[in-house]
Amino acid sequence: MPAAKAVWQEVKTYEEEMRMKLKFGIKEVVAIGIGTALFVALTEIQLPTPIPNTYLQPRMAVMAFLAAVFGPLVGGVVGILGHALGDAMFYGSIWWSWVFPDGVVGFAIGWFAAKYAIKEGGFGTGKMIAFFNLVQAAANAVAWILVAPFLDIIIYAEPANKVFIQGLGACTGNIIIIGILGTLLCVGYSAVGAKSSSLTKEE
Amino acid sequence: MAKVLAYEEKDTWIHRLSGVTKLVFFLVWCFTSMVTYDTRVLAVMVAFSLLVFKISQTRWKQVGAVFKMVMLFLAFNVVAIFIFSPDQGTHVYGTRTVLFHIAGRYDVTKEQLFYELNVVIKYFTVIPAVFMFLVTTNPSEFAASMNKVGISYNIGYAISIALRYIPDVQGEFTKIKHAQEARGIEMSGKASFLARIKNTSAIIFPLIFSSMDRIDTVSNAMELRGYGKHKKRTWYMAKKLGRNDYFVIAFTVVFAALALGITFADGSRFYNPFTG
Repeated sequence: MPAAKAVWQEVKTYEEEMRMKLKFGIKEVVAIGIGTALFVALTEIQLPTPIPNTYLQPRMAVMAFLAAVFGPLVGGVVGILGHALGDAMFYGSIWWSWVFPDGVVGFAIGWFAAKYAIKEGGFGTGKMIAFFNLVQAAANAVAWILVAPFLDIIIYAEPANKVFIQGLGACTGNIIIIGILGTLLCVGYSAVGAKSSSLTKEE
Repeated sequence: MAKVLAYEEKDTWIHRLSGVTKLVFFLVWCFTSMVTYDTRVLAVMVAFSLLVFKISQTRWKQVGAVFKMVMLFLAFNVVAIFIFSPDQGTHVYGTRTVLFHIAGRYDVTKEQLFYELNVVIKYFTVIPAVFMFLVTTNPSEFAASMNKVGISYNIGYAISIALRYIPDVQGEFTKIKHAQEARGIEMSGKASFLARIKNTSAIIFPLIFSSMDRIDTVSNAMELRGYGKHKKRTWYMAKKLGRNDYFVIAFTVVFAALALGITFADGSRFYNPFTG
């Protein structure tokens, strides 16, 4: 029965793909550790924007980059752990309803890590940049316009209009900073760190 | 370099507790303070937090700079709540007792003041707990103890590497920043918005590259030493849970259960002094 065989093959490749995505080996352990340290250290830079009360956080761009290179687990954990630790160490309190959305963004961007092929030098085409930004914009929209205000309301019983406006601000800020700085980091690292596909065919 | 909270070695009852015990206390404490809006429960929690803070012998010098930041955020949040929703208190407590009128829809009501008082107290229940956890927990011991209570050592290691490398990465960040500033890159508010993004990337690029190298170096070193070969590993800093640890965990759980019980006894997470 060739049909059954093909289905079985598909299930196997799917399983394989999941295993690759959710791999948790030495590289991932170290990437989470040092990535979190980077995220925490960069909490220091907050760039004010022309929009009042909205800051650009370069640490979000770094998290997006790490997620794009190392996958969903590294992205998600760096987002959650980095945000919680960074807030605790710099601001002395943890706003939990904003910690988890960071994890959502990291996980979502990292989900397509194999597609970006940053380490292999495959990230640089206009199509890929558009895809990366589509993913990050969608992830940020879900995280900051749905998850964060929802958690704010159920956890902290804060006024709804306030948390939605704040969420909208965070969403815009993050899309901008990941769109500019995150994309630049991916393109730059992909160009310099290129290994397997840096050879071009001579005409 | 901005002042951050860091572990400092001391010999107190709290320092001797296992890192896991402190983490359990910290998380349960945060959770309880998140859920309850019962002023009586929150007041007890603040008193207890301050007591724990006192016992941990933390000095003002260690936490003062960060504490000022928290106060700034707190003030900002309280004002923002009032601007966006001056009647949140009425919405929560159901009554409206106007104290005085400001302008337009902005009335100062007793209910609003009471609601915002609760928001403020909530901050004060958590701040001492955060301080206590960060300044009394030794990162290495924390990773080892996490594994001792059954959490995968990969997770313990990831956290311990993070804590271990924060000062290093921070130092490198400062170094690169100074080097770029010496070359004339403007990082202060004087530069325009787009210029500042561009200048920030001048710092972040070298930092990312060196960090990616660091990830390679550290993971190669760990691989060479056979990390991850076995299901278990032994620890230099491991500490068994002692009598005091079990006592603290039991106390935390019972306290949280009681606190939530009292909070929800009347079916609402808010304590309402206005009806009755």
